[in-house]
Amino acid sequence: MRIPCPCCGWRDRREFTYYGHETFLHRPAPDAGAEAWDDYLHNRENPAGPTRDLWYHDPCGSWVVVARDTVTHAVAGGEGLA
Amino acid sequence: MRYSGLRVLAEGLRGNRGWRPAWRKPAPRPGYDAIIIGGGGHGLATAYYLARNHGLTNVAVLEKGWLGGGNIGRNTTIVRANYFLPGNSEFYSFSLKLWEGMERELNYNVMHSQRGLINLFHSDGQRDAFARRGNMMRAQGDDAVLLDREGVRRMLPRLDYEQARFPIYGGLYHPRGGTARHDAVAWGYARAADARGVDLIENCEVTGIDIRDGRVKGVQTTRGAIWAPKVGIVVAGRSSQVAAMAGMRLPIESHVLQAFVTEGLKPALDHVVSFGMGHFYISQSDKGGLVFGGDLDFYASYAARGNLPMVEHVMEAGMTLMPMIGRAKVLRSWGGIMDMSPDGSPVIDRTGVEGLYVNCGWNYGGFKAVPASGWSMAHLMATGQPWHDAAHFRLDRFRTGRGLMDEEGTGAQHNLH
Ligand SMILES: Cc1cc2nc3c(=O)[nH]c(=O)nc-3n(C[C@H](O)[C@H](O)[C@H](O)COP(=O)(O)OP(=O)(O)OC[C@H]3O[C@@H](n4cnc5c(N)ncnc54)[C@H](O)[C@@H]3O)c2cc1C
Ligand SMILES: [Zn+2]
Repeated sequence: MRIPCPCCGWRDRREFTYYGHETFLHRPAPDAGAEAWDDYLHNRENPAGPTRDLWYHDPCGSWVVVARDTVTHAVAGGEGLA
Repeated sequence: MRYSGLRVLAEGLRGNRGWRPAWRKPAPRPGYDAIIIGGGGHGLATAYYLARNHGLTNVAVLEKGWLGGGNIGRNTTIVRANYFLPGNSEFYSFSLKLWEGMERELNYNVMHSQRGLINLFHSDGQRDAFARRGNMMRAQGDDAVLLDREGVRRMLPRLDYEQARFPIYGGLYHPRGGTARHDAVAWGYARAADARGVDLIENCEVTGIDIRDGRVKGVQTTRGAIWAPKVGIVVAGRSSQVAAMAGMRLPIESHVLQAFVTEGLKPALDHVVSFGMGHFYISQSDKGGLVFGGDLDFYASYAARGNLPMVEHVMEAGMTLMPMIGRAKVLRSWGGIMDMSPDGSPVIDRTGVEGLYVNCGWNYGGFKAVPASGWSMAHLMATGQPWHDAAHFRLDRFRTGRGLMDEEGTGAQHNLH
């Protein structure tokens, strides 16, 4: 599996650390309540098929939102996070 | 038909013409008292204990593929009761006791072999942690022995004791731990459930869950609608998809875990061994193959096959621990889809829908749990109350933060288990 880094291009999966579904980008307000925080931290759609998740490129320190398929392992692309 | 040694002998003499299929292949009926979605180890055991412990025999197990084709037939077969935290500790202790009576109970040879499990440690800090774990196991009533380096060497002469990088300091020995034939566990529960009247329906994928006024009414399947006042979701890696049919989002992320087996060798390893540096564990099957595995591939996946970096990592760890395995050829490798929960512990609970129950979150350790999980799930579905040894496996612990069971002490977050 190879993953596109915005700085370094397509690189081997070994160079990346997986963080999880892009849900992690949508942090609720501090006072949003237990349900919202539970959803953010724990509950997942966990799709079988196309997904978007967060990977960290260890050599350059970029965060990448990767579009890939959890059934085929095909990686469609990725966008860097500012 | 009862199985016995005499029966094998008699059938052998008669050309094995007397064997009958181990279970029926019934067509689904219009309705049942209870439906179990998923014909893996946990689903089949749940159906069996519904019939055995609660007299509920008008039960169907709906399996989208064939019985035992999921994780139950893909694991590395380790059975142990060496958990640390209250909630897990009593549950796995209960499970191991059920294992010890399973073959007689089911009249089925599951090749349960209590050959002992040795978790190696490689530093003073690890020794302290394992001593503490061993004390917790003994406090629970299970067995644990702290071995020093020489004690390990006597039992496991073929490990590398010379290397300086990860020296073997000793091991925590759990004599009642061991292995079992995974497929046989599925087949044994299937046969015993069928004998008590449970309908095992293969090639029957659940595609929808019918809910009215907050109560479950039945399910939609590829073989038609089936009604039931009670439905249990027991689908391991597919938990999120099936729960979504009831409008639920679960605290589950599905990940792939790989395993490997070599060609058959002469007896070389009498116990189950885990390496304390770099995740690696190994045992030798009764056919002689070395069965081993390591970590998850560590990204969400439903592919049931892994990637090469983890293959490489597992081989490296194996060679570090036991260089002799470098001579063996790896015959096969495969993957299974693990239902990972944020704290690494499972869920056996009610849902927001009356009559709908969920059993999931077994991570990479649900094989040893099969009997106790089935027992507890059946108790919950039949009585509406949790079985006492499984009462901590609540779905709301993540929301409330109360009763999290994080054995690794890393935090209740998805990417950490
Ligand atoms: C490589 C590997 C090694 C492992 N090693 C160990 C170990 O050493 N010790 C240990 O304790 N555990 C181990 N495990 C974990 C253990 O195998 C699992 O936790 C356990 O088997 C999961 O429960 P199950 O048997 O019910 O799952 P499964 O066998 O996966 O059963 C779930 C069933 O649900 C069916 N299903 C899914 N969706 C639907 C639907 N919509 N309709 C109908 N049916 C459906 C599936 O087809 C499947 O048959 C390992 C797992 C793997 C993959
Ligand atoms: Zn980069």
